[in-house]
Amino acid sequence: MENYIIEMENIRKEFPGVVANDNVTLRLKKGEIHALLGENGAGKSTLMSVLFGLYIPEKGVIKKNGEVVNIANPNVANDLGIGMVHQHFKLVEVFTVLENIILGAEPTKNGLLTTKEAREKVIALSEKFNLKVDVDALIEDISVGMQQRVEILKMLYRENEVLIFDEPTAVLTPQEIEELMKIMKNLIEEGKSILFISHKLNEIMYVCDRVSVLRKGKYIGTVNVKDTTTSKLSEMMVGRHVEGVKLSALRKKGNVILELDNITVSSKSHKNNAVNNVSFKVHEGEILGIAGIEGNGQTELVYGISGLEKLVSGKLILKGEDITKLSIRERNLKGISHIPEDRHKHGLVLDYDLADNLILKKYFLKEFQNHGFIKKSNVKKHSDMLIKDYDIRSGKGSSTITRSMSGGNQQKAIIAREIDCDTDLLIAVQPTRGLDVGAIENIHRTLIDQRNKNKGILMISLELDEILNISDRILVMYNGEIVAELDPKKTSAKEIGLYMVGSKQQAKKKKEEVKANA
Amino acid sequence: MPKDIKTPRIKGKREVPEILLTFTSAFLAIVAGLLMSFILLYILEATKAESNFSLPGQVFNNFVTYAFKDVPSIIKVLYNAAPLILCGLSVGFAFKAGLFNIGATGQYTVGAFFSLIAVILWGFPWWLAILVAMITGGLWGFVPGYFKAKFNINEVITTIMLNWVALFFTKLLLYNLPTMRTLPPGNRTDPIGFHNASGLLPDLGLKELTGSSFINIGIIIAIIVAVIIYIVMNKTTFGYEIKACGHNKEASRYAGIKAKRTIILTMIISGGLAGIAGAISFLAGTIQFTTDSTLLTMGFNGIPVALLAFSHPLGIIASGLFIGYLNVGGQAFEGVYSSEVTNIILSVIIYFSAFTLIVSQFIRKKFNRSDDGSGKGNIFKKITEKIISLFKKKEDVVIKDEEEVTK
Repeated sequence: MENYIIEMENIRKEFPGVVANDNVTLRLKKGEIHALLGENGAGKSTLMSVLFGLYIPEKGVIKKNGEVVNIANPNVANDLGIGMVHQHFKLVEVFTVLENIILGAEPTKNGLLTTKEAREKVIALSEKFNLKVDVDALIEDISVGMQQRVEILKMLYRENEVLIFDEPTAVLTPQEIEELMKIMKNLIEEGKSILFISHKLNEIMYVCDRVSVLRKGKYIGTVNVKDTTTSKLSEMMVGRHVEGVKLSALRKKGNVILELDNITVSSKSHKNNAVNNVSFKVHEGEILGIAGIEGNGQTELVYGISGLEKLVSGKLILKGEDITKLSIRERNLKGISHIPEDRHKHGLVLDYDLADNLILKKYFLKEFQNHGFIKKSNVKKHSDMLIKDYDIRSGKGSSTITRSMSGGNQQKAIIAREIDCDTDLLIAVQPTRGLDVGAIENIHRTLIDQRNKNKGILMISLELDEILNISDRILVMYNGEIVAELDPKKTSAKEIGLYMVGSKQQAKKKKEEVKANA
Repeated sequence: MPKDIKTPRIKGKREVPEILLTFTSAFLAIVAGLLMSFILLYILEATKAESNFSLPGQVFNNFVTYAFKDVPSIIKVLYNAAPLILCGLSVGFAFKAGLFNIGATGQYTVGAFFSLIAVILWGFPWWLAILVAMITGGLWGFVPGYFKAKFNINEVITTIMLNWVALFFTKLLLYNLPTMRTLPPGNRTDPIGFHNASGLLPDLGLKELTGSSFINIGIIIAIIVAVIIYIVMNKTTFGYEIKACGHNKEASRYAGIKAKRTIILTMIISGGLAGIAGAISFLAGTIQFTTDSTLLTMGFNGIPVALLAFSHPLGIIASGLFIGYLNVGGQAFEGVYSSEVTNIILSVIIYFSAFTLIVSQFIRKKFNRSDDGSGKGNIFKKITEKIISLFKKKEDVVIKDEEEVTK
C-alpha cells in the first residue's frame, strides 16, 4: 500500500447547469508535490474547494490517512491540517503581517490579545522555511511576493500539513516564482505535502513529483512527472496537440500609426516620474513588444497613451493627428483599443452581465441606442455574435454576470470587445496573464491575426517567452525609460533579461540612432 | 397571518426564481418583525402598573387591519406613501451610482420650503411649484455631488452637513418673510388655501366624494416618477453609465464615461427627487412648515424604503406603500399606548424587514447546499461584502453561488 495522506475518491460536484467535477479521484502521497493540472473551467478550483470544505460534494468520499472524513466547512479542514493559499489572497490590507497570520487563531490571555509568543513562533517559522517577511509591515505596503509568503506562513502557523496552492504563480514576477519554487521544495523537506494547482507546464515539470490532469470536469489521469513531457501533458490537458504559436515572416513595415514624442508620465507611488521622455513609434502590421520587470513604468506608459493618466509632457500622435489633449473616449473613437492590465479594475464592470460588458466601449453608438434608449435586442445580438466568434464560455450566455465567469473567459470577453472595436491601434497589456496554454495559444493567434490585418499592436508583457515569440520588434523598458530596441530573431531571453534589470544599456548614441530610424 | 407559508420548491430544481425568492424572504422577514413587535408589546404591557394582557392582542389586531378599515384610511396610506416613495427613489437612485445620499432630508426641506414660497409668495400653480422644488432640491444635491466629483470629498459628510444648513437656512428665510407666516405666534407658514388655491395639489374632485382631506394626486406623481426612474435606470444609456460608475468607477473611466459628470448628475437628480417629495408633502395643504429646529425625518425614512426594495425603483413603490401602511396602522395605538410605544413597534417591524437579504440567503443555503464561505478567519471581508451587497442590486446575491462554477 502506498502511503497516501489525502485521498479524494469519485468526487462529483454540480452547479446549476454545470457538472464541475465528474467522478474525480485525486490521491496525494505524503511528502510529495502533486500538481493538479487543467484548463480554466476544468474544475480544479472546485475540487480544491471541496477539499477545503467550501463546497459539499454530491458524491464521493474524502480520506485523510486512510480514514473517511467529513469536511463540512473550512474550520474542519483546518483542524485536519489542510491549508490553502488562494489565488487572490485573503488578507486584511490595513493589518500588519503578524496580525494577518494570527487572525482567526488569535492567542489570548484573560481575554486580551497576546502577540509575543505568536511573534516568536512566526519569526521562528519564517527562518526555518526561509520565508522572508517583515512581521510589522502593513499588508498594503508589501509586495505581492511577500503577501504570498504571509499566506504560506498563515498555514504553517496553524501547523497544517497539507498545503494547497491555488495558481500561486499567476501573480508573481519571474524572480518571485523561482523563490516560491525553492520555498515549496523546502516545505517538502520539512515533511509537508503540497497540492499545486497550475496550468503552467514548465513550473510543474520543474517542481512536482506527480501530476493529475482534469479536463472539463473529468478526471483524465495521473502521471509521474519523470515519465512525461510538457507536450504530453498539454495534450492531456487540452485534449489535442498544442504547439506554441510562432510569428509568420516579418511583413514590410507599414505607415506609422502611433508616435510617442518624449512622453513623461508622473507616478502615483513616488515623486519621480514613472515614465521619462519615452519616444517610439508603432507601425501598421507589426507587434511591438515591450519587455520589462513589473513596475518600471509600463503601466503608466499605457495610462498615458490611453488617457487614463494625464501626460506631464510630450506629444502623442495618432495617424498624424495630435491626440495629447483628447479625452479617453475621443482617443478610443479616433482608433485606440486597449486590453487593460487589470481586467477586474479596468476591463470589466463585474456586476454587469456579459452583454452589457461587451458594449462598454460602444453603448453610445447609433447601433445600440436610439435617442438615449438602449436597443436591447441589438445588444443581445452583438453579444451572442461575439460569444460565438470568440468562444466565450459562461453559464448563462449573454446574461451571465461577468463576476461569475472564469478568468480566461473574462479575458476572452475583453479581447472580443476590443478587437470588435476594429481600431488601427491595439494596446494589449499582459494579454495572457493568468491563463492556460490553450487560451494563451488562442489569444496569441488572435493578436497575430490582427497584425496580419495590418493593425498596429503594442504589447506589454512580463512574460519573456511571449515577447520573444510573437513580437516583430522588442523594446525593453527599465526605470521609466526605453533602454533597448532589439530584434527578436537576433536576441535571446538572456540578453533581454540583462536590459530588464538595468545591467546593460544600449549606448546613448545608438539610442539616438534608433530614434531616428524608427 | 397565514401560517402555512411554504418556502419555494427548490429540492427538485436547483434554481429558485429570484423574484419568488425575494418576495418570500421579504414576507417572512416582515412576519418575523410583526411577531417580535407583538412579543415586545406584551413585555411593555407587563411593565405597566395595571397590566391587561388581553389589550396587546386587541390593539395589535387593530394595528394590522387599521389601514384597511375604511376608505379614508386607505387614502391616508397613499398620502403617507407618496413622499416616502419619492425619498426612497432619491436615496435608491444615488445608491445605484455608488453614492450614499444621507442628505435627502435637506433636499426635501429645501424643496418643500421653496415650493411653499412659490405658491404663497409668487402665486405659482402646484405643478410649477413642484418644478421649483425639484430645481432647489437638485441644487442641494449638486453641491455634495460637485465636491465628490472634483475633490473626492465623502458625500456622506457633505450631505449630512447640508441637512443642517437646509434646516436653518429655511428657518431663517421663514423668519424674514413675514407674509409667509400665520398670525402670531407666527411660527409656521400660512395655509396655502388662503393665498393661492391653485397651489394645492389637485384632488380630482374626490375630496367631496371620499370625505378625506388627505386625497390628492401625490401618489400618482410618485408612481409616475418611479416608473420614469425605472426606465432611465434600465433602458437608457444614461442609466447604463450611472450603474457602470456605481459598480466600477475605474472601468467606466476606462470606457470613456465621464465619471465626474455622472456623479454630479446623479446627485442633482437624487436631490431633485427628494425636492419633489417635499413639495408633495406640503402642497397637500395638510401640514405646515414650522420654524422648529428639528430635522424633517421624511428624507431619512427614504433610506429604509430604498434598502427594503434593494433600490429597485418599482420595488420602492411597494416598500413605500408598506411603510405608509405601518404609519397609518400606528394610529391604532393612539389613546391606548404612548407615542413612544408606537414608534418602537414601527421601528422593530422595519428593522426586521431589513433582514430580507439574510432570510433569502438562509433559504438558498438551506436548499442549495452551497456555501459562499470565503475561507477561515475572514469575517471582516464577509461582513463588508454583506454590507456592500445591501446597497447593490438584489441580483448580486446570486453571484456568490455562481462564482466558482465556471472556474
